[in-house]
Amino acid sequence: MATTSGPIPRIKTELDKRDRIGSLLVRLGANRNNYKVSPGLYALGRPDSESVVLVTANYKLTFDTLRKALNGLNAWLLVLDTRGVNVWCAAGKKNFSSEEVILQVKNAHLDQLVSHRKLILPQLSATGVSALKVKKGCGFEVVWGPIQAGDIKSFLAAGFQAGKAMRQVTFTLSERLVLTPVEISQTLKSLLWLIPLMFLLSGIGPDIFSLANLWQRGVPVSLAVVLGVLSGTVLTPALLPWIPFRAFSVKGALAGLLVGLGLMLFSLKTIAFLPALALILLTVTLSSYLAMNFTGCTPFTSPSGVEKEMRQAIPLQSVAACLGLILWFISAFVRTPV
Amino acid sequence: MEKFRYLPNVSTLKLDESLCIGCGSCTLVCPHSVFTMNEKKAHIADFDGCMECGACMNNCPVAAIDLRPGVGCAAAIIQSWFKGKVGVSCETETCC
Ligand code: SF4
Ligand code: SF4
Repeated sequence: MATTSGPIPRIKTELDKRDRIGSLLVRLGANRNNYKVSPGLYALGRPDSESVVLVTANYKLTFDTLRKALNGLNAWLLVLDTRGVNVWCAAGKKNFSSEEVILQVKNAHLDQLVSHRKLILPQLSATGVSALKVKKGCGFEVVWGPIQAGDIKSFLAAGFQAGKAMRQVTFTLSERLVLTPVEISQTLKSLLWLIPLMFLLSGIGPDIFSLANLWQRGVPVSLAVVLGVLSGTVLTPALLPWIPFRAFSVKGALAGLLVGLGLMLFSLKTIAFLPALALILLTVTLSSYLAMNFTGCTPFTSPSGVEKEMRQAIPLQSVAACLGLILWFISAFVRTPV
Repeated sequence: MEKFRYLPNVSTLKLDESLCIGCGSCTLVCPHSVFTMNEKKAHIADFDGCMECGACMNNCPVAAIDLRPGVGCAAAIIQSWFKGKVGVSCETETCC
């Protein structure tokens, strides 16, 4: 689209197949760092000098959600260089910053393109952007838009008014579950060595090292590890509001206990008390630790709170993990069938 | 969001009501509706809802709000323990 400030790319408001496949891959954790949109100004529909200017991050998923939500509207979209990171996280890292807003406003010669002096910023960018600084730096006034892109149309229709519900973050089941694939793949990347190690350790027994032991004991202990991972990265996040207690480590431990007991119930006849106890301890500890790590993905845990929780939980988790491993070792030498 | 509550009485959030000029910015930017406006002054209505994101402090024109902002992320906090940095944000790829 040709304007007084030169040509400006126009964007579609419908997503095509490539967009969808791309977003699926990102959700699964593949090349997350390369899913960027070029920063700069974009035209949505046929905007003119009166049209609103919406500012957003250059994370492709954010950009896609926004343009889809704005279908049928004429607006300017100012995309910042947030290094391909979403609004909130980029604001936390200060990449979605006052300086970046000012820079992009100037680069786009926005003051010549529009007659008004207002920028609509997503509310969640307020951790990185100071409205005062933006005003001083480029003369544009910041209007805090709603949190969800889907609310923008009603926000505009209401004359830049967002109700309390639009201003509060949510953390619904689907919002939690969409995070789990990345969580699992990241966890597996760092914990994959654990399973072969457990298999090897399981081989050690009264006859020093036996392949029969390795198999017989390796399978249940690996199962305990896998269940611990699933419990901490999927079950706990999914059931988050319904599991009692506030500390994530406790929630994770409870979920792990449930899963561990379930596994034991399943294999009641084939497993003795000592190894069973060891396996439950391992599942519970892993689940508790991973659930604690999930705090980083939630929009409501405060750093002071997480730090407090960690100071109490990490020593306990370490003790439980050591105890589990020791019991698992000892149980190999105890004369009961495993 | 009332369904989700984290540990109580831990936030470093402080509001000096005597400095407040009643602009209302903090009520607009807070994602947990921690503040309410009452007779041209901001009040902390839901202290335990605060997640220490720092948006309010960042946008208060008279610096009436003070807190230690950061991300509530275990991985980031472990990092800060080792590197001794305060208020680190997630540099790891594990989170956002
Ligand atoms: S730090 Fe964030 S959550 Fe806490 S009161 Fe300020 S804006 Fe609200
Ligand atoms: S942002 Fe500051 S001055 Fe404005 S209402 Fe809140 S506390 Fe008062």
